[in-house]
Amino acid sequence: MADLSANTASGPRGPKPKRTFSRTNIFLYGTLLLVAFYYLLPLYVMIVTSLKGMPEIRMGNVFGPPVEVTFEPWVKAWSEACTGINCDGLSRGFGNSVRILLPSVFMSIVIASINGYALSNWKFKGSEVFFTILIVGAFIPYQTMLYPIVILLREIGLMGSIGGLVLVHTVFGMPILTLLFRNYFASVPEELFKAARVDGAGFWQIYFQIMLPMALPIFVVAIILQVTGIWNDFLFGVIYTKPATYPMTVQLNNIVNSVQGVKEYNVNMAATLLTGLVPLVIYFASGKLFVRGIAAGAVKG
Amino acid sequence: MTVISDPPSKSAKRPNRLFRNIMAKIASIPMVVTALVVFVGCTAWTITYSFTGSRMLPKTKWVGLDQYDRLWDTDRWIISIKNLAIYGACSMILTLFLGFCLAACLDRKIRFESAFRTIFLYPFALSFVVTGLVWQWILNPDFGLQSVVRNWGWESFTFNPLNDPDTVMYGLLIAGLWQGTGLIMCIMLAGLRGIDDDIWKAAKVDGIGTIKTYVVVVIPMMRPVFITSLVLIAAGIIKLYDLVVAQTGGGPGLSSEVPAKYVIEYMFRAQNLGQGFAASTMMLCSVVVILIPWAYLEFGGRKRG
Amino acid sequence: MSNVLKSLLVGTALTCASTAQAVELEVTHWWTSGGEAAAVSKFADAWNATGNTWLDGAIAGSGGTARPIIISRILGGDPMAATQLNHGRQAEELIEAGLLLDLTDVADAGGWRDIVNPTALLDSCTLDGKIYCVPVNIHSAQWIWLSHAAYENAGLDVPTDWHEFVASADELQAAGTLPLAMGQQGWQQSIAFGAITIAVAGLDAWKGVNVSKDASVARGPEYTAVFEAVVAARELARGSNVQDWNLATNMVITGQAGAQIMGDWAQGEFAVAEQVEGVDYSCLPGLGLNAVLDTGGDAFYFPVNDDPEITAAQKELAALLISPEVQVSFNLAKGSLPVRGDIDMSSANGCMQKGLGILADGGVLPSSDITFSADTQTQIEDLMAQFWSGDMSAANAQASYADLIESAD
Repeated sequence: MADLSANTASGPRGPKPKRTFSRTNIFLYGTLLLVAFYYLLPLYVMIVTSLKGMPEIRMGNVFGPPVEVTFEPWVKAWSEACTGINCDGLSRGFGNSVRILLPSVFMSIVIASINGYALSNWKFKGSEVFFTILIVGAFIPYQTMLYPIVILLREIGLMGSIGGLVLVHTVFGMPILTLLFRNYFASVPEELFKAARVDGAGFWQIYFQIMLPMALPIFVVAIILQVTGIWNDFLFGVIYTKPATYPMTVQLNNIVNSVQGVKEYNVNMAATLLTGLVPLVIYFASGKLFVRGIAAGAVKG
Repeated sequence: MTVISDPPSKSAKRPNRLFRNIMAKIASIPMVVTALVVFVGCTAWTITYSFTGSRMLPKTKWVGLDQYDRLWDTDRWIISIKNLAIYGACSMILTLFLGFCLAACLDRKIRFESAFRTIFLYPFALSFVVTGLVWQWILNPDFGLQSVVRNWGWESFTFNPLNDPDTVMYGLLIAGLWQGTGLIMCIMLAGLRGIDDDIWKAAKVDGIGTIKTYVVVVIPMMRPVFITSLVLIAAGIIKLYDLVVAQTGGGPGLSSEVPAKYVIEYMFRAQNLGQGFAASTMMLCSVVVILIPWAYLEFGGRKRG
Repeated sequence: MSNVLKSLLVGTALTCASTAQAVELEVTHWWTSGGEAAAVSKFADAWNATGNTWLDGAIAGSGGTARPIIISRILGGDPMAATQLNHGRQAEELIEAGLLLDLTDVADAGGWRDIVNPTALLDSCTLDGKIYCVPVNIHSAQWIWLSHAAYENAGLDVPTDWHEFVASADELQAAGTLPLAMGQQGWQQSIAFGAITIAVAGLDAWKGVNVSKDASVARGPEYTAVFEAVVAARELARGSNVQDWNLATNMVITGQAGAQIMGDWAQGEFAVAEQVEGVDYSCLPGLGLNAVLDTGGDAFYFPVNDDPEITAAQKELAALLISPEVQVSFNLAKGSLPVRGDIDMSSANGCMQKGLGILADGGVLPSSDITFSADTQTQIEDLMAQFWSGDMSAANAQASYADLIESAD
């Protein structure tokens, strides 16, 4: 292979790209393009299908571009699709999803970041035990917990409320987020922490004045993971809420599974895209930050 | 690897044990409560009731190991386990392999790196429900891939994995890989970026080829990254449920059933909580079997070191 | 408002269905197909017409999806005001735990004991002499639906029983039509199995297994014939790639498939597609051989509520659901039979008239919701899913089935 010039530690590795079409490059780009095709195909199908009318869909070819572009499926998915006798599409769920999302993301990240900070800098007897329990908890299938949590929520009177769902999301987001924050804070040079201690700074002072300002990348990762996870959640949303507070994913399921006559794939696809829009936008907008944050938090564990 | 900093109090004098780090302890209350009440408490509750004959509501009518006897005597459970084993093995190997290869490709200083990265990562933003639906649509024999290829003139082309009991798990795999490989690629990429440049220079000096360098030098150095990825993938595999429900509903017949679905359906559809709890206890056991070696490697082995 | 006044109001509400106060009641159900949604809107309209509000809590994706949600909400102490459940044994434990409202006073006031026909429906709502649910319709599962278009296309006469159908299958296939549409879900396959049993093995064998739970009957020669008939039938359904029952019905409506074995709720789909019985499609109860019907159906339960105002409204709704006008309009839309024998159903179409005739003649069987626990039913459905969709032999399936019956409850 060609020259291995010195790179900065954060830059890509390997030789500089050559302008010429070497065999390696053709192979490299060929592979990447092929894989990119596999990844983009479903998105393409979703978009194309959502812009077709039903007659065109019945003719077959999912991959063909729409002959006649129509935005009707989008309108229908947003405000007209029926479940039972409610014909207001996804619009009802959007507000609920936002109302669930914001406090859940905020709560879970605040608690997890403090946990991670305490775990990496202020260990106490037993702290690792609790952490291990959390981590094992991250791998327990949620289904196992559904039933006892119904009983817990009933006892504290939060069943069916948005507050209850926020609590559930905070609890189940805690393991992975705590792991991320713990690893990140553990990589902060110890001298910083010790110097602050010598200056007499306490638990909260160090957290707010030293740790928080440094932790931006890992906060970005945490926010992205939580927004995606909570926005896409179906299981908790459907069990712990009621029709008035159903999140968008539950509405999506209702629309997709309410087959009245024939399956309206165009409306389903439009509904799917509308539901996925929020996390998609966040991903497309923050790709680089995400990788940087992952490098800072996830890899070290 | 984790850098575990010493507890700050080691350098300080030791006051009353309980009040040492009192703020940290107070701040950890949510974590402790979550760990004890939700994760330990609820799990213990579930395991306890798996030894009862509870039907729709939990009751303490003890039946010993009856639920487990029945569980392992049920075709559907055995099929579910086999399916998960096939899916799990393929998904584990392919996700790691593809994730690493893609990350390595992206790390070759290529152009449009961030565009490619975004393309590989975006499916992770979509839920399994969405993933299942889209792939169900693409793999539908009547208007999806199969019919399109046939319309091109290749009349005998057959690609109908979702309606064939023998191949339906691979149909799920196509969708599962699409959704999950991006994150692993991202983690691998971060790991590759963390490898010191001097390693590459040294390999170059020693005349080791690129691929050989990856296999012999780089991959062993990325052990922690692989372990993290492995655990993330394993957790996802055990929880596999939404994708199956959205894409195949467990069909045709029982040929794409998975354990998590067995748990849910016996708890709620069959209204046999005891049976559902027994099945989820078995799932829990498998999680513990997977996690203990990892936890030992991660925390146990290094605690005192 | 004083409690005395309130109970007075409840009393009047039972008969004239009107109150001074508008109450919003949330009602959960899983009726989301075209015909079902049309039917449930009859309930909602009638309820809204009383000045109250029907808050629709439809959950899509069949009872399997909806039931966990319904049960966990009742258990979680945040119940809906009313909910659909199949009556029978599904709600037994909820009643025992005191979570469901006792409707005995409403039933007595409305004389349900006298009007509900068959009375078995009310019995399955009753526990220890108290009534806990309102049956709203009778559903029977033993029907085969035949597409006239498919048979015309193949140049054949429309079969009049199961044997003729099987005999005609080859020619249908030769004409490029799938003989039997079948949604690939266990409960649908279980329904088809039940219908074929009644047609092939006869009533005594069916009762021996489904009512007496006699495993020796399930091992006997009548059932051997059933399992062999299913093996033949599953070949006729090969290539039916749909999952949902109404997509399978749609194949019959469009003539892509010759027939479907499905409950009478399929009728709602034909109605929505504006098809005419006898012209566009035919229906054969008991597959045209043994004209009997089971009497399962849907019922509404009312979770206990602390608010006396809601409790009063719940009872008012219960009375409304079984009132004559609502029964007629709802059941005409749903394609099911009304639960009361004293109303005029002359506007019903041919299929429903056949059903009403069988009902009047007393050709009724208990539904599997009543004879089997949900647990046993799920096991049977699992077996059927495995049997219909794979290549399990008839002998193996029969052996497994007999084992299930042996331990059934």
